[in-house]
Amino acid sequence: MTGARMTLRDGLLPAFPALALVIFFLIPFGIMLTVSFFHRVPEAFYEPAFEFANYARFFSPFFGKILVFSMFVSACAAVLAVVIGFPFTYFLSQMPRRQQIPLIVFLLAVLSLSEVIIGFAWSTLLSRTAGVSNLLVWVGLMERPEAFTPSFTALLLGLCYLGFPYTVLVMYPSLSRLDPELPEAARMLGASPMRSFFTVIVPCLRNTIVGTLILVFVFTLGAYLLPQVLGRPQHWTLSVHITDQAIFQSNLPFAAAMAIFFLLVSLALVGLTLLVGKDTETAA
Amino acid sequence: MAGLRLEGLTKRFGEIAAVDHVDLDLPPQKLVCLLGPSGCGKTTLLRLIAGLETATEGRILLDGADLTGVSAHDRDFGMVFQSLALFPHLTVGENIAYALKIRGVDKATRDRRVAELLDLVQLPGVGERRISQLSGGQRQRVAIARALAIDPKLFLLDEPLSALDAKLREKMQVELRLLQQRLAVTTIVVTHDQREAMTMADIVVVMNEGRVLQAGPPLEIYRNPADTFVADFIGISNLIPCEIVEAGTVEVAGHRLALADMPSGLAEERGAATLSVRPEDLHVLPVAQGQADGLRGTVAFIRDLGASVEISLDCAGQELVAVTTPKERPAVSVGDTAGIEIPGDRAVVLRG
Repeated sequence: MTGARMTLRDGLLPAFPALALVIFFLIPFGIMLTVSFFHRVPEAFYEPAFEFANYARFFSPFFGKILVFSMFVSACAAVLAVVIGFPFTYFLSQMPRRQQIPLIVFLLAVLSLSEVIIGFAWSTLLSRTAGVSNLLVWVGLMERPEAFTPSFTALLLGLCYLGFPYTVLVMYPSLSRLDPELPEAARMLGASPMRSFFTVIVPCLRNTIVGTLILVFVFTLGAYLLPQVLGRPQHWTLSVHITDQAIFQSNLPFAAAMAIFFLLVSLALVGLTLLVGKDTETAA
Repeated sequence: MAGLRLEGLTKRFGEIAAVDHVDLDLPPQKLVCLLGPSGCGKTTLLRLIAGLETATEGRILLDGADLTGVSAHDRDFGMVFQSLALFPHLTVGENIAYALKIRGVDKATRDRRVAELLDLVQLPGVGERRISQLSGGQRQRVAIARALAIDPKLFLLDEPLSALDAKLREKMQVELRLLQQRLAVTTIVVTHDQREAMTMADIVVVMNEGRVLQAGPPLEIYRNPADTFVADFIGISNLIPCEIVEAGTVEVAGHRLALADMPSGLAEERGAATLSVRPEDLHVLPVAQGQADGLRGTVAFIRDLGASVEISLDCAGQELVAVTTPKERPAVSVGDTAGIEIPGDRAVVLRG
């Protein structure tokens, strides 16, 4: 009796996450995969079919460029966010605990801002009429107010802002667990604080840094409002085009095909990064 | 050769003085142990010397030169940390060569020096290994080798052996001492283990609550503790309430005892004091052999450890411990009344 109950419980425990995964991820993905092979009916919706037309359409210089640009802008945002976020988090973790908590709470508050609010806030801040350029004019650094948006820089800035709290939250646990005697040991051996930072702290946290890069990269790939709010049409990422196809063009099969392809390419990139990381680790 | 000199060194964290007006002169080429209970300020004192903390007040002078304002990374000291702090992303060899690389030493010289140091700590041929592949004892040796790579002016160790098991720790104490004597490097070891300090040190500095209570050769401190804290902390001591009746004579439980000498500060004092007697100096005798009017106690417990015998006695409500050898074990058993002899030349009278 108890034996039977044990097996039931033993079977149910792993079944729960498996079931959740199937219901919430595998089935929707299956539907999307199926739809990506469907035939689009112009002026209507779509009809079941099995054709590669949607994928074929994707392999054009136009969408190829968009794909490359999307990857590029997200990679830039990830690198920038980590380059700023890593020293930030390091100094944060060195502060007295009492001072750390309000800063972390503040960062969590930033997380609660949606992409929409972040996008429009930056577009106002970078605008000609109400933006920071007015401040620069007042200080005397600029001659007349200027709009910094829409532009590539504005988009990158927005994406960095979106990803930054995540870099801090992901790196904080590892950085606060770092043995404080490690940088001290480096200093006793003659390394200046700067040198100890780059030769000890950064290499010790290499895995955390790579992990954070991947996270912010993947996270910003999905941003579809910021490119429209802060960028010009040529800065629209694949996410924007997927939204455009799915919602405004009513071309769900093509949107699904793009999404699938995007997913595969991102997965491949992440896998490649991990593989490269593993190689250097065993080689070192 | 002036060695290390600390003048009025103080470190306050808010209201608390972790190190409180420490004045010390430490001779060169000696091994000094900073000894005290946890929180006594010994680690803070070491970190002040290392330059990892900035003193609130006072000066540190090395061979006459003031170290105030010299950064930790410019002091050319070697330090072994409590956690060892070996760099996990570097090999053993790269760890040891780290300080040399910073100083721009070329690769061939570095490799030669790493091999030399690995021989010195008896770990030849592990230079290519990762830190994670080493045992605790091996890591210990690598940390020592790394700190010695540049021939440091001062060799500092913060509880270096605390992570090792008891047997290995005893072995490493001897090895570390022999290594220090061979290299004749001025060394400061922080420890809370009085046995470790007695094993290794030329000079023991006993600290409590940020202050230095006594500094001197280990045996000197053992024989003549400066106060009851030192007497209690270094080894085991019987601290017996007594009364100073005249210079050189105290009264213990109604019995007069003549002391060989009196600490100079107490020569003029009369009244309540404490007598410190080491267990091996306390003699227990069957009543028949003792003086008729001598001190008496009841045997409460006998712990026969084979190599030594510990006799616990109750002497007028005061618990006393005597240690003797199995050969000299007195013919007494639990519950007996026994005579207690305190040799006047081995007892130290202390204030309080």
